[in-house]
Amino acid sequence: MGYIRPTRLTDAFDALDAGASVIAGGTDWFPARGDRIAPGPMLDVTSLAECRGIAQTLDGWRIGAAVTWSDVIRAKLPSAFDALKAAAREVGSVQIQNVATLVGNICNASPAADGVPPLLALGAEVEVQARAGERRVPLADFITGPRKTTLSAGELVTALHIPNVPEGAVSAFQKLGARRYLVISVAMVAIQLRPTPTGWKDVRIAVGACGPVASRLSALEQRLTGTTAAPRVTASDLVPLSPISDIRGSDGYRLDTVATMIERMLADLS
Amino acid sequence: MKDAGADQGAVTFSLNGEEVSSAPVAGERLSYTLREGLNAKDVKVGCNAGDCGACTVLVDGAPVCACLVPSQRADGAKIETLAGLRDTPEGRDLTESFANTQAAQCGICTPGMMVAAVALLRDVPQPSEAEVKDALGGVLCRCTGYRKIIEAVVGAGRLPKPDGDGAVGSSVRRVDAEIKGSGREVFGDDAAPANALAVAVIRSPFPHASFELGDLQSYAAQMGLAAVLTVQNVPGRNAFGVIPGFQDQPVFAEGVVRYRGEAVAAIVGEHELIARIDLGTFPISWTELPAVDSVAQATAPGATQLHEDREGNVMCRGFVNCGAADAALRDADVTVSGEFETSWVEHAYIEPEAGYADVVDGRVVVRACTQAPVMDQEQLAAILDRPLSDVRMIPTAAGGGFGSKLDISVQPYIALAALATGRPCRIAYTRTESMQATTKRHPAKMRVKIGATRDGMLQGMTFEGDFNTGAYSSWGPTVAIRVPVHASGPYILKDYTARSNGVFTHNPPAGAFRGFGVPQAAIAQECLFDELADAVGVDRLEFRIRNALTSGQPTVCGQVFEQGVGIKACLEALRPAWDEARADKVPGRGVGIAAGWYGCGNTGMGNPSTCKSGITADGQIVLHQGAMDIGQGANTVIAQIFAEALGVPLSKVSLVGADTDLTPDMGKTSASRQTFVSGNAARLSGEALRAAILRHANAEENAVLIIEGKTINADGRSFDLSRMAQNEDGYVFMAIETYDPPASPLDENGQGVPYAQFGYAAHLVEVDVDIKTGQVRPLRCVAAHDVGRAINPLLVEGQVHGGIAQGLGMALMEEYLPGRTENLHDYLIPTIGDIPPIETVIIEDPDAHGPYGAKGLGEHVLIPTAPAILNAIRDATGVALRRVPATPARVRAALKDAGYE
Repeated sequence: MGYIRPTRLTDAFDALDAGASVIAGGTDWFPARGDRIAPGPMLDVTSLAECRGIAQTLDGWRIGAAVTWSDVIRAKLPSAFDALKAAAREVGSVQIQNVATLVGNICNASPAADGVPPLLALGAEVEVQARAGERRVPLADFITGPRKTTLSAGELVTALHIPNVPEGAVSAFQKLGARRYLVISVAMVAIQLRPTPTGWKDVRIAVGACGPVASRLSALEQRLTGTTAAPRVTASDLVPLSPISDIRGSDGYRLDTVATMIERMLADLS
Repeated sequence: MKDAGADQGAVTFSLNGEEVSSAPVAGERLSYTLREGLNAKDVKVGCNAGDCGACTVLVDGAPVCACLVPSQRADGAKIETLAGLRDTPEGRDLTESFANTQAAQCGICTPGMMVAAVALLRDVPQPSEAEVKDALGGVLCRCTGYRKIIEAVVGAGRLPKPDGDGAVGSSVRRVDAEIKGSGREVFGDDAAPANALAVAVIRSPFPHASFELGDLQSYAAQMGLAAVLTVQNVPGRNAFGVIPGFQDQPVFAEGVVRYRGEAVAAIVGEHELIARIDLGTFPISWTELPAVDSVAQATAPGATQLHEDREGNVMCRGFVNCGAADAALRDADVTVSGEFETSWVEHAYIEPEAGYADVVDGRVVVRACTQAPVMDQEQLAAILDRPLSDVRMIPTAAGGGFGSKLDISVQPYIALAALATGRPCRIAYTRTESMQATTKRHPAKMRVKIGATRDGMLQGMTFEGDFNTGAYSSWGPTVAIRVPVHASGPYILKDYTARSNGVFTHNPPAGAFRGFGVPQAAIAQECLFDELADAVGVDRLEFRIRNALTSGQPTVCGQVFEQGVGIKACLEALRPAWDEARADKVPGRGVGIAAGWYGCGNTGMGNPSTCKSGITADGQIVLHQGAMDIGQGANTVIAQIFAEALGVPLSKVSLVGADTDLTPDMGKTSASRQTFVSGNAARLSGEALRAAILRHANAEENAVLIIEGKTINADGRSFDLSRMAQNEDGYVFMAIETYDPPASPLDENGQGVPYAQFGYAAHLVEVDVDIKTGQVRPLRCVAAHDVGRAINPLLVEGQVHGGIAQGLGMALMEEYLPGRTENLHDYLIPTIGDIPPIETVIIEDPDAHGPYGAKGLGEHVLIPTAPAILNAIRDATGVALRRVPATPARVRAALKDAGYE
């Protein structure tokens, strides 16, 4: 068995049973394996009918596992998706965006995955298929740690589901890095909210690269609900975060700048 | 589109309009299939990780990194590379505009840049600068500083040719513009024949370890290898190094390794096999040993010794002293002092080291990317224990060098492999291997004190710098010696003491990198100058002008130049931009200036270049151009100088070389010496050739030479070349001339004549500092350079832009950490989005020795940029940074320490 690019799920499950390594866009698959790649069974999911396209459904949107960041940038989507589109433009470079997939991004489960904060803000769910059937997992439960997900042997992620977004919701995304383009985040923030005459509603704030997995800031979200002015973000708002110190910045620096980013983004959104 | 089961089956696709087939294995990258299977060598590989964009191709019209595309996915697709796109309307426009702006320097990133740009122009025929940046943000360039590339794409199809005629002082296209812009340039990994075996080097995963090799014979048999090479296969000296007395780096380590990435063995086999072999299977057992990482650790009592004959781990020291610095500082009205720290910096050329070797008629022939073909030849001869004449170096094009390709890298491995197997043997370092194994810029810790009088005149300076030279000497001694000579900056300092220490640690060898330690020293000196100027209440630019070195004044080495000290003019050229920026009171915005100088050529010793030229019986004018063009433009500059001296148009000159069989030694491409030293050799060669022709024609010295076909006409006296006797080289006229710059060894106080010439520079950088995040965004640069005489002003601009980009990277983002930033996504170099507009001001204060007054330039540019940026940050915030890179995290931490909220 070599390189399998099936169009039917049943063939994909056969390949999984045979120990094939799953590849979608390939932008994480190749670098993770280094320069010398021994031939081994590979399952390319990009031709599976179940993995293709962005579709509006009764309860929201379905984004297939083969959908690339460029597809998202080009798609006509409500303004609640602006954060996801902004993140899409920050993924690597145009060359990467043209092949890298959203689902690949979440399955790779990097703490610095650009797609995760905006998808958390959108309340994304992960569609997992296996021979035994389909299950749906909230994204927040799907990624459990750096490079760790709840995906089991024989399972395949075939799509993301975004529930219907609140009418009038707006969103924004910011990524902090030490250079323009092709940069891994020091920290990133996605915010979604719905401005109403009685203040912000449906506030969702998700932060990436500040912990083993990206996190929502639920307490802050609640504190902001019903208000309209950008608040001072304090340490207690950031309790869910547990950033590491590495070459890109200390834990304290990450928390410090995340607070600034949130304040600025809220000011822009108000 | 085929269905499942393409198990090693053929894929068929359109490559540049032709239907092609290949049978890739699972895991094969499209870049590999294109280059190795389909010979599409215009697709370059720089990182195999999507970090550099050199392999950008269009798949069904969309730009992608071919290194990240499984080859099977190409099935049924339309693949376009530069080789096909160069003949499309957009490709033709870009080829022209890249040539007209000199947007290709070394040319290794050019295919990726142009392919990405074609995709943009198809969508947006007249893109804005912002659109160009977004479209090209995924392709890294290390030479150009990107501004010329932006100009070329924004102006594609609308930019005029440079209007020069090729005479000295005129801007013309590079003589190699066509080959570099078309993807036809042959780089290190593009030259090998299809049947070449491949070599892979086994390297240490530890900074310090002992090791034992297992059963290599069985391993070779089991894996189907053609050979396994170790120290046992080195017939000559198992040590290399560029400086006599410091040749301490083994080709293959013997029993102990001293840095992570050090070579212990190499395997040789069929290319397909080596491309996929897991090097972790190599039979070797390691015992990790305690390592010393820093100068402080290496010089602590009882520290592990790296080399038996280097007590205290000290490689060597440098020293310059004039006057009485301590007394002067004691008497100074004001003194400032500081301790400064810089990081390991990686050259990050986009072309990893590569080449191939073959045994031809009993001689070893090596084709590889290099900055120093003759030094490579000499070192190979010693390693192989063969006479020099048994080794031939034919450099390929070098996809960037910046100092690191002055040392040998791949050369001994492919040469030994070819000798062991009798077959051509090739290698291309992986990106990680290139970063682990080859040299770096020295990290420095510098303690500096400078004094001034109340009226703003310098009074005394002391400098002490520790330079972490890694495990082996490489160019470390040069850095140690150069730094004290330059650490004063281009200023009058009558009382000065500077010491440098080069210290061994268990790190990659620190060697030559654009500036040889001077950029590090300039950071300390130029940042303290701002503090000193403020302390005495003198405008920072005025302070520098007041103290600037002038012709007739001694340098800190006691050298007096009677002419050509152009630093004051450089500084004065910044005045309008300085006054304008100082008047600008935008919060968080600041402006900084800094100056620099750099002595061209080797320090205190000769470094000759020899240039050969000739005219054939059929009227061809041939210049043997052995000065390696690593992107800086030596092919063009040397040819312009030669044509001027001979008195013919540049277009009449054809080039041969470099090749140790064909081109005499024009020395190494380092120390900003090629325009000056090899330029002079070319000038002398051109003049001698001209004199021979004029003698033959019995014409006046200032006669006009016209060479048409086989006829030379000198002021109306014409003669037929085809009737003349040819020498054994096939020339009817030939000239071989040597130039060696006058310099003399320094005495025990560093006094003497270190260089025949210096070049001078002053930069201004304006930045915005985001107080809350620590991000620093450069807004504009003004760069004034005294180049003596700009042989080709457009090439001068290219060097200025590229040097500023590297200086900006060093100032703001570049930090190599062995084991942690060994790739181009953790080690950051500037992208097209990071370089602000650059205004180049060319100052021409002619040098007494330079060809037509010209001075060297390459290294000078990098020197003032980083301190100018740090000074701009201080101007914006009041906070003086003492460590580079000034990453957002470090800047923010310094701001908070200073009381910013």
